[in-house]
Amino acid sequence: MDALTHTLLAADVQDRGAAVEAYRVTKRFGALTALDDVSMKVEAGSFHCLLGENGAGKSTLVKCLVGYHPPEEGSFMVDGREQAIRSPRDAQRLRIGMVYQHFTLAPGMTVAENLLLARGDLPLRIDWRREKAALATFLASTPFRLDLNARVADLAAGEKQKLEILKQLYLGQRLLILDEPTSVLTPTEADEVLGLLHGMTRDGRLTVMMITHKFREVSAYGDSVTVLRRGKLAGSGRVGELSTQDMAEMMVGSAVSVATAPRRRAADAGRMAGDIRLGVDGLCADNDRGMAAVRELDLVVRAGEIVGIAGVAGNGQKELVEVLLGQRSASGGAVRVDGEAYGATRAELRRHGVFSLPEEPLRNACVPNMSVAENMGLRDFDIAPFSGGWLSLRFLRRGALTRRAKEWIEAFGVRPPDPSAAIENLSGGNVQRAVLARELSGAVRLLIVANPVFGLDFAATEAIHRRLDQARNDGAAILLVSEDLDELLELSDRILVMSEGRIAHQALAGYVDVAEIGRCMAGHGAGGH
Amino acid sequence: MSETTDGLAFGSLALALLGGALRVSTPFLFVSLGECITEKSGRINLGLEGTLVLGAMGGYGIALLTGSPWLGVLAAGLCGVLMGLLHGALCSLPKVNDIAVGIALMLFGTGLAFFLGKPLIQPQAPMLPSVELGAWSDSEQLRSALRINVLLPLGLALAGLLHWGFRSSRWGLALRLVGDNAAAARALGYPVVPIRIGATAAGGFLAGVGGAFLSLYYPGSWNEGLSSGQGLMAVALVIFARWSPLRCALAALLFGAAGALGPALQSQGITAGYYLFNAAPYVLTLALMAASWTPGQTLAGAPGELSFTQR
Repeated sequence: MDALTHTLLAADVQDRGAAVEAYRVTKRFGALTALDDVSMKVEAGSFHCLLGENGAGKSTLVKCLVGYHPPEEGSFMVDGREQAIRSPRDAQRLRIGMVYQHFTLAPGMTVAENLLLARGDLPLRIDWRREKAALATFLASTPFRLDLNARVADLAAGEKQKLEILKQLYLGQRLLILDEPTSVLTPTEADEVLGLLHGMTRDGRLTVMMITHKFREVSAYGDSVTVLRRGKLAGSGRVGELSTQDMAEMMVGSAVSVATAPRRRAADAGRMAGDIRLGVDGLCADNDRGMAAVRELDLVVRAGEIVGIAGVAGNGQKELVEVLLGQRSASGGAVRVDGEAYGATRAELRRHGVFSLPEEPLRNACVPNMSVAENMGLRDFDIAPFSGGWLSLRFLRRGALTRRAKEWIEAFGVRPPDPSAAIENLSGGNVQRAVLARELSGAVRLLIVANPVFGLDFAATEAIHRRLDQARNDGAAILLVSEDLDELLELSDRILVMSEGRIAHQALAGYVDVAEIGRCMAGHGAGGH
Repeated sequence: MSETTDGLAFGSLALALLGGALRVSTPFLFVSLGECITEKSGRINLGLEGTLVLGAMGGYGIALLTGSPWLGVLAAGLCGVLMGLLHGALCSLPKVNDIAVGIALMLFGTGLAFFLGKPLIQPQAPMLPSVELGAWSDSEQLRSALRINVLLPLGLALAGLLHWGFRSSRWGLALRLVGDNAAAARALGYPVVPIRIGATAAGGFLAGVGGAFLSLYYPGSWNEGLSSGQGLMAVALVIFARWSPLRCALAALLFGAAGALGPALQSQGITAGYYLFNAAPYVLTLALMAASWTPGQTLAGAPGELSFTQR
């Protein structure tokens, strides 16, 4: 081979997706073996899915591959050559890029600044006019539309996710690793993003490796799949040759039913809904920047029904939930529970049986460095039987708290089963289970739920959905705010669509026009503008 | 009193305030610009009060020894760099809180300066030169108000340079990234700890230079009551200025004017409440902090990594 052909071939390889192989990779964190002797192979130009439950080691594996924590044992091959990847810089040199589950953007900086910083070879003096023109040209070559001058803090979650992906595309990566990229996107956005990435793999320009929980995405976009369970390789294969059932069995280690059919039956539709539990009347609230986020919103939730609120993230759902939970003060309007004025004080929550599953439970429903038992007692540690005793001075009865925590840990399957562990050391799914135990074990009359299965695997998702359904059948009124339309369609008796702080559309279960909901979510509904 | 004399009195009061602002604001300006650099990197250095005093002492001592006030300024800056490096290095140890280290270094810096500065109280060091901007005027008062020190235009130019640099230079962007999201910076391969130490050292340099102004221009001598908390107020001023160097410059002038209120009123013959008016900058600090801190809202423009913006 002469020199010229050689360079041509090298250039050719540079513009193609990378082939990556992991060989017997082991990673330990202290006593915990997060990855145990895992080998996997990703073909050049393929769309590879990495499946597994929470804590199965998927994130650890890809973080080893991008040099974030180098493995103790094992090696990685890129395009058939063994490569030492000891730092993110090494991964960058091999043009392997990762879109993290938690956003890695600088919130106080603009879209353009974030993109430029990712490039890494900045000139000492930045010519913004030229750089912005170049960035605009790059943006035009993708189907994503973002304002280059917008501050990242002002972007919605979906837009941040797009920027994360754009950042990697801008770097010209040959292997793109995505950690649950669609968990914050609307179904339409998710299809758009994955469709685009899938198209780039079809051209052979890019290899994509995606961590996901969603079998739908695996079947629709994946070429091949690797399944991890408890840090070990549980199986792998081509997507066409493995059924959803096969993959589910590999993930959890035994056969489980993958029920996706709507639970609402025709008989349910005729059931009489009960009294009005929650009445929201002309509610207004501002967001953190002092802008109106909830605008004169009215809604009603009756006993024995689940009212679902659909909408693209950033349309006031978060602020609405925060007002209902007492985390934010309303700027106008009224909230009534059981017909009485309601200000989310502890006494009112207790009197009306109001409970909640807010999103990001570790932040919104827990004290991270307190134990599981203490967190489980946050609602009632100050009343009998958990406080009392000598001279009625209301001493805390730790024994009672711990005993109850043990019962709940058992009943809800919290791992590890240790009531004295700090709750921040539990995985996301187990934090959610612990909170669920606290919020659903009392006499629930009104339940406020926001994105309850965000980032959870399908077994945990299934369990939470079953419990919500059970609470509804027991007569609780449930307000369910979710970015996952499928979840809402599956659970809700009524669906409201929230857009720009208002209810833009509502429909009864069974009479839902999904296309119309999509239009209203996008702000193009009949009542929108 | 007739209206004309009222008008005259008001005019000369305004002139006195302007003069005061131009004269007294320089240390505020330098310390706040230095703190601005440090805070942009995600750390707070409360020790700049100590740095300021140590810089004042060091600058005075070196100017006395060498006979050159400029070498004094340089020495003051180097004192600041050492203090900044110390703060930066201590805070880079695991589980060390930058605010606590800052308070310790504030006490350390002032204590060290008092200890080493004892022999400097009597002798007179050469002073920094001033620029006569009011030479065209025949009003003595105006000329005295516009007689500014050479450090002030340097500081104002630096504010402009920082404003440009934070947005349009590699160093500025990297600094802001480190201060806004350290995890992202690490993922992109930017060295978080060295950048922070560098930013704290640079902040220390500027605070030291601010100290040299105190001892080498105005009031122009070394004594233990020299700073009276100006370094601390400058830290508050950065928050009020929302981490913008240009607003820092404006706020420094405002604080300077407030500091000149007492003496200016005294020169007008109003002596009642002299000490009360001298407290104006402190009252202003409190009032501005209360006004700029709206409950329930995150502070716009605050670097995300600062310990008080973390949730």
